Amino acid sequence: MSTAAGMTLRAQLGFAWVALTAARMRSVLVIGAAAIGVAAVIVLTALGEGARLYIMGEFSQLGSELLIVLPGKNEKGGGPPGMIFESERDLTLQDTAALRRLPHVNVVSPLSVGSIEVSVGAHSRTATLLGSDNTLQQTRKMKLARGEFLPPLELDSAQAVTVLGPVIARELFGNASPLGEWVRLGERRFRVIGVLEEQGTSLGQNLNEVVIIPIANAQALFNNPALFRIMLEVDNRSRMDNVKQNATRVLKELHQNEEDFTLITQDAVLSTFDAIFGVLTLVVAGIAAISLLVAGIIIMNVMLVSVSQRRAEIGLLMAVGAPPGLVLRLFLIEALLLGVLGAAVGVLIGRLGVLALASAYPDFPLITPLWAYLAASCTALGAGLLFGWLPARRAARLDPVQALMGR
Amino acid sequence: MIELSHLGRRYLLGDSEVNALDDINLSIAAGEYVSLMGPSGSGKSTLLNMLGLLDRPTTGVYRLENRDTQNLDELERARLRRERIGFVFQSFHLLPRLSAFDNVALPLMLAGISAGERQSKVQQALAAVGLMDRAQHRPNQLSGGQRQRVAIARATVMHPALLLADEPTGNLDSRSGAEVIELLETLNASGITLIVVTHDPNMGSRARRRIVLRDGRVTEDVYQDAAK
Repeated sequence: MSTAAGMTLRAQLGFAWVALTAARMRSVLVIGAAAIGVAAVIVLTALGEGARLYIMGEFSQLGSELLIVLPGKNEKGGGPPGMIFESERDLTLQDTAALRRLPHVNVVSPLSVGSIEVSVGAHSRTATLLGSDNTLQQTRKMKLARGEFLPPLELDSAQAVTVLGPVIARELFGNASPLGEWVRLGERRFRVIGVLEEQGTSLGQNLNEVVIIPIANAQALFNNPALFRIMLEVDNRSRMDNVKQNATRVLKELHQNEEDFTLITQDAVLSTFDAIFGVLTLVVAGIAAISLLVAGIIIMNVMLVSVSQRRAEIGLLMAVGAPPGLVLRLFLIEALLLGVLGAAVGVLIGRLGVLALASAYPDFPLITPLWAYLAASCTALGAGLLFGWLPARRAARLDPVQALMGR
Repeated sequence: MIELSHLGRRYLLGDSEVNALDDINLSIAAGEYVSLMGPSGSGKSTLLNMLGLLDRPTTGVYRLENRDTQNLDELERARLRRERIGFVFQSFHLLPRLSAFDNVALPLMLAGISAGERQSKVQQALAAVGLMDRAQHRPNQLSGGQRQRVAIARATVMHPALLLADEPTGNLDSRSGAEVIELLETLNASGITLIVVTHDPNMGSRARRRIVLRDGRVTEDVYQDAAK
């Protein structure tokens, strides 16, 4: 005759479910604690990963053949570029022309950047003005929806033509074609010769909302000969170091032998940021793990209390013929249900949180990595199982009579 | 049916050992009606728990239906509790979250009996204790007497050979107590072996055999005429 208790899995699940719904306060506490921990992990890692992806996305659009010259010297080297350094000598069009004579350099684009009022009749708005020449299309990988890009011009010759970002074109002209129309930039009038395709941000500039004019016009508009950047495209990645050395030498000669400029490449920037944000994600995940730990402790306490309260029930189950293994399994199923519900609710809240953040900051990529889901859910499940299992095992090991008396 | 030889149970209470049961020798035949009596701490409940396989003896041999229970593993002990033994407690021990029906169905569920079969068996058991109309009530919606009758239905739903009752009327008023006793005696009359622990001399005198314990030893074991 079989000695195993034949309670069906369905009956076991039903029994555990009734136990959960009867102890509503306890279930809500445990599920809530687990859910908050899981949701915290999901939202925080999404923020960390999002920050990393955002920066990576910005810089990976540059292309790996690109060498960028910034004014000012970053003394420490390797850090992110920004406004922290003092510029001693400006980058100029002479620098640009000198760099153009280097070997293994395809194109060199000067770039000046400023903010300007764009208007057509009564419509007007502020836009980012990029001053450059025809090479900018290649170095910044711009595509045209209509018309043409800037014409090839001598660096110091002006021509009142402009290429508009698609958002600017739409806001000023609606669905009508802006080609051949005139727009007012500050005090001067420019003829529209092209419109860019819809595109994301690049180097922190939203290319959908820019206005591009020849560099000489930009310098005249801003009354400032200083360049914001010079961008070089190398003909082959393997020549990058060579070009970098030559560029440094040439620029130093032009700058009274002072290295008051900085050269950066995409690879260097990307690896720096990747390292920084990799650490950031881990730190954030660590903070989230602490909240998960707190959740685990809450679960542990609630489960400990509930099992000792239910000693008598364990004793009764054994008295009416449940073997200790089955008693243990009933409690494990209960803990598992709690854990699964907690993890599921947590994933749901976490997803909703991420979606809410994503709709508030649409440009920011919020992606929770799969490992965060897995780690958070497994931790919640594990805490539930462990802290359900340990006290239940102790109770199930007692003789029924001891358990019955609640000892 | 039951044979005890030199059965002893010792507890450690602090530093001192307490002999809850000391050299018990008893033989109880199938179908008997036995009352176990004695003052508090005499070991009568300990003995009942021992008979119900809820506790293990420190020394001696307990044979149940010709099997030495000492050699049984936990699974076999659990199966005997499930299939051969019914237990009725002074404090009922019903699960408060389950209806009367589900409380009675518990042993059937543990035994893996199908829902359809459970339905008819539980209905029979509830009908036998006169609580068909209370099947869906929770224990807190039932009177004490009704609760104990639910517990008796639970104890008998598997048709055990042995029914053990530990002060079954201890928490009841005299009228519901009398009902419960009658119910137990009816079950005994239909063949089940009934052993009742009680303080109540009235109740003790109704059993055909009365065993009195004192300090863990049997001091009296008499067959008496069934009163009334």
